[in-house]
Amino acid sequence: MMRRTKITTLLALLCVHGAVAAADVKIGMITTLSTKAGYLGEEIRDGFRLAMDREGGKLGGVTVELLVEDDGRKPERGKQISERYIKRENIKIITGIVFSNVAMAVVPKVVRSDVIYVSPNAGPSQLAGKGCHENYFNVAWQNDNLHEVTGKFVTDQGFANVYMLAPNYPAGKDSLAGFKRYYKGGISGEVYTKLGQSDYSAELAALRAAKPDAVFFFLPGGMGINFLKQYSQAGLSSEIPVFGPAFSFDERLLKAVGDAAVGVHNGSQWNRDLDNGANGEFVAAFHAAYGRYPTLYASQGYDAARLIGSAIAAVGGNISDTKGLRSALRAAKFDSVRGDFRFGPNQHPIQDLYVRKVVKSADGSFTNRTVKKVFTNHADAYAKDCKM
Amino acid sequence: MLLLVEQVLNGLQLGVMLFLMAAGLTLVFGIMRLINLAHGSMYMLGAFVAATVTAASGSFMLGLLAAVAAAALVGLLVELVVLRRLYPRDHLDQVLATFGLILFFNALVQIVWGRQPLFMDVPEALSGSVEMIPGVPYPAFRLAIIATGLTVAGLLYLLIGRTRLGMQIRAAASNRDMAEAVGIDTRMLYSLVFALGAGLAGLAGLMAAPILAVESGMGESILIETFVVIVIGGLGSIRGAFLAALLVGLVDTLGRAFLPTLLRLFLPAATADGAGASLASMGIYILMAAVLLWRPRGLFPAPA
Amino acid sequence: MKLSARKRLLWYVGGALLALLPPLAGLADEPFMVSLASRILIYAIAAVSLDLILGFGAMVSLGHAAFFGAGAYVVGILAFHAFEGVPLASGPIPVSGTNNALVSWPLAVIVSALLATVIGALSLRTSGIHFIMITLAFAQMLFYFFDSLEAYGGDDGLSLWSRNDLAGLDLGDDTTFYYVCLGSLAMFMLICQRLVNSRFGMVIRGCAQNERRMRALGFPTYRYKLLCFAIAGAGAGLAGALIANQTEYVSPGLLHWTRSGELLVMVILGGMGTLIGPVLGAAVLLLGEDLLAIFTEHWQLYLGPLLILVVLTTRRGVYGLLLGRGNDGG
Repeated sequence: MMRRTKITTLLALLCVHGAVAAADVKIGMITTLSTKAGYLGEEIRDGFRLAMDREGGKLGGVTVELLVEDDGRKPERGKQISERYIKRENIKIITGIVFSNVAMAVVPKVVRSDVIYVSPNAGPSQLAGKGCHENYFNVAWQNDNLHEVTGKFVTDQGFANVYMLAPNYPAGKDSLAGFKRYYKGGISGEVYTKLGQSDYSAELAALRAAKPDAVFFFLPGGMGINFLKQYSQAGLSSEIPVFGPAFSFDERLLKAVGDAAVGVHNGSQWNRDLDNGANGEFVAAFHAAYGRYPTLYASQGYDAARLIGSAIAAVGGNISDTKGLRSALRAAKFDSVRGDFRFGPNQHPIQDLYVRKVVKSADGSFTNRTVKKVFTNHADAYAKDCKM
Repeated sequence: MLLLVEQVLNGLQLGVMLFLMAAGLTLVFGIMRLINLAHGSMYMLGAFVAATVTAASGSFMLGLLAAVAAAALVGLLVELVVLRRLYPRDHLDQVLATFGLILFFNALVQIVWGRQPLFMDVPEALSGSVEMIPGVPYPAFRLAIIATGLTVAGLLYLLIGRTRLGMQIRAAASNRDMAEAVGIDTRMLYSLVFALGAGLAGLAGLMAAPILAVESGMGESILIETFVVIVIGGLGSIRGAFLAALLVGLVDTLGRAFLPTLLRLFLPAATADGAGASLASMGIYILMAAVLLWRPRGLFPAPA
Repeated sequence: MKLSARKRLLWYVGGALLALLPPLAGLADEPFMVSLASRILIYAIAAVSLDLILGFGAMVSLGHAAFFGAGAYVVGILAFHAFEGVPLASGPIPVSGTNNALVSWPLAVIVSALLATVIGALSLRTSGIHFIMITLAFAQMLFYFFDSLEAYGGDDGLSLWSRNDLAGLDLGDDTTFYYVCLGSLAMFMLICQRLVNSRFGMVIRGCAQNERRMRALGFPTYRYKLLCFAIAGAGAGLAGALIANQTEYVSPGLLHWTRSGELLVMVILGGMGTLIGPVLGAAVLLLGEDLLAIFTEHWQLYLGPLLILVVLTTRRGVYGLLLGRGNDGG
């Protein structure tokens, strides 16, 4: 009996799926909705949808159908979805990937199939340098950017003996390299931890013994929550200040970290309080639509949609005109919620980067306050390797 | 030297946490011959319920009661609806079905609590540090975890060795048919044991919630380590699980803490850091492989 | 219908369907089906190879993905060196990379088989649950090894520039690649069938039922089982070489224990101890994931109970279901 209900439900779903009205333009989104990192994809998707909803289901004046699918953080699945999008749905624009390893599996093949990929998050160095491509656009950042701005800030603040932690994987090593590119002081320790590690007591004990004057860490997702909570429980937060990229300090994560994160400075390209017209509208509309405040991932999803919209408008909805679409994307004629924005020669952002500070609001919730603009029109370090 | 003491404490704390998980798993295996992959889901439920109830009521004690009760109840329910039918079946059927349970619970938690991790704070009374050994301030909450784990270990020892219920458990573990013949209600006993194991997993989830991220899928990372523990200890043996948990906790912690430094003596710094980190990640698996090669049935094999 | 007739029908219908799939997909205007089907065939090879030790030899391995991933990495690393033009090893005998399938695929099979021999030689000293866990341990060690192998992308993995060259065939064409996968699966299943029904197979099955008796009969059971384990590793290596080509990407995720778990699920779901069962299991699991994921974000909420239902209501998995009640599969 139960099995029959299952099958009926599945059939019903099938019908609903088939009944979606044919749209003028289809956009494919491959993102991470399940696993521990599921909320990142949710933010990107919600930001993207918001831009569509505000135009009444359109982007650039053309009705858009957004197909969203969960890659489960598996490169192979992402690849599978991209193939279906391209071969079955005939999609010309893909976006959405959260993680660098999924991007590395999906993007090279996609862009060689004459399909445009707009990255709303992952920006691995390979795709910014030697592996750059005319059909690949990154509207968020190159992975190193948020580490670089933190490194510069830590140097400017006069810290001279920093202890560094990152997971033992490429993005972790890149993050410390990015930090050191602009950090000029001494290093009291450089530690690589297990990917997905939950207990940091051993690292914290070694850290305390090393007596640094500051700590820099890159531990995305749950790892960062674990680290910050344990750091504060070990009584270290009052002794040694912590710095990191914005990834561990978005508002949904802060809710899970609580007081342990208050006062931490972190580097970002966007913040809720950035004072420009587009951002004010975005934050208010997002809050009205979803009942929560957007994270930087949502801002990147929103910007990705608006960038794509500007290009669709420029080619008058004729997205088979890949060449026209490309040059319109390159021009980036849209009001980014982060303020000034343009693409560099490798089609990665040239943008201002800020340092923010975690504060507790009057209503008891946690948020970031922009402290300082550290870089103006900052480009990434790999653009020179890109021969397009 | 002080650093070593602190790291040993850290290892003990991790080991005790693993023991809370391993005790339930090894009991269920020893008595019902059931491989339960969904044990980690009970840990996750414990953590989510603890975080929710503590946040709503402001009381850690209420959170504790709710977490243990919820995990035990859900465990009981799962046993009645699904697992009971699996006792006579092949181990592989059990693996497949309990794998299905993992998928179900992970998705369920995402639907009920949303996708972002939850927050839970350390209770006020345990938020500070204790300087037991001069120069080594240690978080009070972690000491509390160690104390809880040791207490549970002691209680289990008494329960199994000294009570009527324990006698029935031992009887059922060594010979099910005989136990039934002498009038033990094994169905009831199985449900009880399963709920006990699930409750312990819920307790572990509660203890973990203030230190770790409370998120969907948190059960799987600890599940695999728990299996390592019960296999090293010898399946079905509580005493083995206890010693193996401490061993695994120490190897993992000390490996992470000292391997890179040790390797720096022989290798260039950058290589040593990377290689040390990978070796430390492999540590508990190397330990398990070594133990099994030396004693193929674990350190304290329960009588067959 | 008699069981044997039903079985034969299943073979014929299944074989015909698989052989005609690309033109059928073309007619139905669903060319994408071909690439999805290739993926299923590849996983089917890996699942059949696991079933060889699991279903016939009663050796439950939770580390089978190690051989799958190792095969994929052999192909990936060779292709990487060929593309970058950097020799794989310098010194007295320089070794260069290659994109030639006739070199890299057999090499993948050999490396995986050797790896399986080493791991099997150690693991087979244990049995039962301990065997599950020790195979898991070795697979996890390999996982962390590749995960920190920076030269080949570490956790980010390695993206291949194109599929391998195979004797003038254009593997980049999905239909050609599909038939290569189908041919590989057919060849591997044929080998397995021969093997299972040979004297060797009898001994292996005998060990699964009662190893002590086989030993008493004078068979060196350890060596038999080890050979079986190595052959299974070789099969998984072949599947790995194919998956590296199918996705044009390799990563440590291929070796993770969850991947080994998925292979186990495919075998049990389809019906272990049969050769068709694992193929069905691979198809059902991968199609199920894919279809459910299109319709709902929370696909796991449905897939989980579905798996439990299969366990509770069938005896021999999907294959047993197709053969009808009142049989013992076989």
